[in-house]
Amino acid sequence: MIRLEKRPQPSRTWTLASPILAVLLTMIVGGALFAALGAEPLTAIRTIFWDPLFNPQFASYSRPQLLVKAGPLILIAIGLSLGFRAGIWNIGAEGQYIMGAICGAGAGLAFYPSDSALIFPLMILAGALGGWAWAMIPALLKVRFGTNEILVSLMLVYVAESILASVASGLLRNPEGMGFPGSRNFRDWDAVANTEIIANTGMHFGVLTAFIAVIAAYVLLARHIQGFNIRLSGEAPRAARFSGVNPAAVIVFCLGIAGALAGLAGLFEVTGPAGQISIDFNSGYGFTAIIVAFLGRLHPVGILLAGLLMALTYIGGELAQLMLGLPGAAIQLFQGMLLFFLLGVDVFTNYRVRLNLGATA
Amino acid sequence: MGQPLLSLRGLTKAYPGVIANDDVSFEIGEGEIHALLGENGAGKSTLVKMIYGLVQPDAGEMTMRAAPFSPSEPAEARRSGVAMVFQHFSLFDALSVAENVALGMEMPPKTRDLARQIREVSEAYGLPLDPFRTVGTLSAGERQRVEIIRCLLQDPKLLIMDEPTSVLTPQEVDILFQTLRKLRSEGTSILYISHKLEEIRALCDTATILRLGKKVATCTPRDTTARELAEMMVGSSFAAPAAKATRPGEVLLEVKSLSLPAPDAFATPLRGVSLSLRAGEVLGIGGVAGNGQDELLTALSGERLAPQGTIAFKGKDVSRSGPLARRALGLLSGPEERLGHAAAPNMSLVENGVLTASRREKLVRRGFIDWPGAARFAERVIESFDVRTPSAQTAARALSGGNLQKFVIGREIMQKPEVLVVNQPTWGVDAAAAAAIRQALLDLASEGAGIVVISQDLDELMEISDRFAALNEGRLSGARPVAELDIEKIGLMMGGAHDLELVSSHA
Repeated sequence: MIRLEKRPQPSRTWTLASPILAVLLTMIVGGALFAALGAEPLTAIRTIFWDPLFNPQFASYSRPQLLVKAGPLILIAIGLSLGFRAGIWNIGAEGQYIMGAICGAGAGLAFYPSDSALIFPLMILAGALGGWAWAMIPALLKVRFGTNEILVSLMLVYVAESILASVASGLLRNPEGMGFPGSRNFRDWDAVANTEIIANTGMHFGVLTAFIAVIAAYVLLARHIQGFNIRLSGEAPRAARFSGVNPAAVIVFCLGIAGALAGLAGLFEVTGPAGQISIDFNSGYGFTAIIVAFLGRLHPVGILLAGLLMALTYIGGELAQLMLGLPGAAIQLFQGMLLFFLLGVDVFTNYRVRLNLGATA
Repeated sequence: MGQPLLSLRGLTKAYPGVIANDDVSFEIGEGEIHALLGENGAGKSTLVKMIYGLVQPDAGEMTMRAAPFSPSEPAEARRSGVAMVFQHFSLFDALSVAENVALGMEMPPKTRDLARQIREVSEAYGLPLDPFRTVGTLSAGERQRVEIIRCLLQDPKLLIMDEPTSVLTPQEVDILFQTLRKLRSEGTSILYISHKLEEIRALCDTATILRLGKKVATCTPRDTTARELAEMMVGSSFAAPAAKATRPGEVLLEVKSLSLPAPDAFATPLRGVSLSLRAGEVLGIGGVAGNGQDELLTALSGERLAPQGTIAFKGKDVSRSGPLARRALGLLSGPEERLGHAAAPNMSLVENGVLTASRREKLVRRGFIDWPGAARFAERVIESFDVRTPSAQTAARALSGGNLQKFVIGREIMQKPEVLVVNQPTWGVDAAAAAAIRQALLDLASEGAGIVVISQDLDELMEISDRFAALNEGRLSGARPVAELDIEKIGLMMGGAHDLELVSSHA
């Protein structure tokens, strides 16, 4: 019989080892899945994890994509992780991402075609504010009326999507776009184009912001009293109140930061890789970032690595679809497995497995 | 004494890293009240769990009336005639007494028949209880009666009681003892777990003492002094708190008709609580659990803000100040619940030090935590209060209850409070640690601090308080000097005067 025994302290070794084991298990089971679909499992795994970075044929295109995809994931996940640490479940980063993009883009387009150097900073500010304001709705409702932030933030995603569809074909539509939905393309507007800082690396301002956010979140959680209060609120809410932490302030702070970072991610996306506000501008970064946050153990450095890994499976997954003809659903299944195994293996952090074979004594 | 009812021979049970029971042997006679005595962590619970079939021994054997007895689950133990009243009740607040009793039965009779049985048993044993009352409205003492009656309906040969008096008023304790003596006279054996020495001396025929998983002795408690029992339990002589000689000074804390609504359905509102506390004084607040103790502590700590003008610290109104501001002034507190309230279970002792000491110990500079300073503070608490822990980086939940309690109380005392409010400072703590904590509180008072001790342990309150007041349903009685009080007066102050007389002819 297998028994689980609670450890007196979470195991440090397993905290580090469990994500690695989860990735290995995903590779094994995913490989079996690909084999069942008729693909050579080793080739499929190599196509997903190796070829995007090192295959001479694809790497020049896909290596920069790694940072392009990982940037927004990391930026959003860092914000979410602060809330998750405090037990505040913001599921609506996708909506905050959309609203950040809309507000930032709108603020810029109001001055089109000015080429002032202040426009891009203004757009960044507007993007952060847009995401922040959208996150303040669940925050204030929770503080004032005790509503559930999970439901409110999630529902606001659908509201944001509707607003996106509306402005893409109305308010922000490109007047020179022959009536097609979608805003002006920011990449054609030099003053605001979020181009690569270093050529052919995928490193744009959003990625830079994501790296800064990783460092800032690390310092906040490890050294600052506000980060301590956030962790305390999540670990023991009563102890936090006893300590003197104002729960409402933590809710407003965590949701606000998460919203602002998601809004920034949206702004950098719309001015960079996406180029314009379009009906289908959002691509699920806000939801995938939830997985990234947990995959990274809600730890800033973990999130950095998890964001890169998740981006890799995206790029590698597309490559596998292209090269091996694997169905897109199989790739999504593969990504789902990653989270499943991660949460499953997590049990070893807090529990020890005992095998006693046969004997009852 | 003839044939024993239950005999244990060489019972051993090991958990990873600790031997909970090591070669424990003793016998429980027919119709005897047998005390099982020991500090926290001495192995009482594990031993009882083996008898009740919750845990299987690694080695050793038990026999009941000379027949082998090795229950593999509680149902089997119950079939053999073993019943147990747990320290923590397993009752559903929303259901009636009879429904709760029926839930524990394998083949419950019709509710009407069951209600009649409950009435019969409750009258026979002097435990007044209405089978149709909702459990949520019962006092802790009445809830315990539900558990006892649930056991008695099985007609047990051996009744195990785990710390039954920890939630009772003195009068309720008397009723319980009469019930237990009546059971004994009918031939039922009782295994009585407690660390209240006077109780054991008053009630029990035999006592078995455990220390660190081993049996120390089996003795007759009536012929042994409480001090001897305690020393056997602890293994070394411990110091009783020394009396103090300082005279009370200026008024530090003044509470005037403080009323606060109950925060949730099962909490108690505070009703016009008034008290005043002078420098160098210990004010003891007694009362049965659930009469507003927790609510009073959170109102004084600042977790719940009080109406304007109700709480004054050194003449300054602090009613609307939160915990940080009150701590900065010198009003500190220690809640009852160690894990989750006084300390965050998964955080280290260093982090738990920062939890309350950030301001007074200057552990935060311009928003940033001084971790080396926090570690030094935690080390100082650990050393001064003899907290047994592998290191200051150990998670709070890894410490035993007594050691964590020493840490959380020590953490407040080390910050040199002017007023310290503590709730159940020695709850679930072994005798040696309890004595150390009480002594530390008395030392603090002798240095001029005012101390409010909220406790359900009357012996403790009598030992360390200068004045005593009692909480009953959120009301605080007037405080009276301890020297004027006796146990009867205290019982009346605690106020559970309703429903306490023994039932003679009442349905």
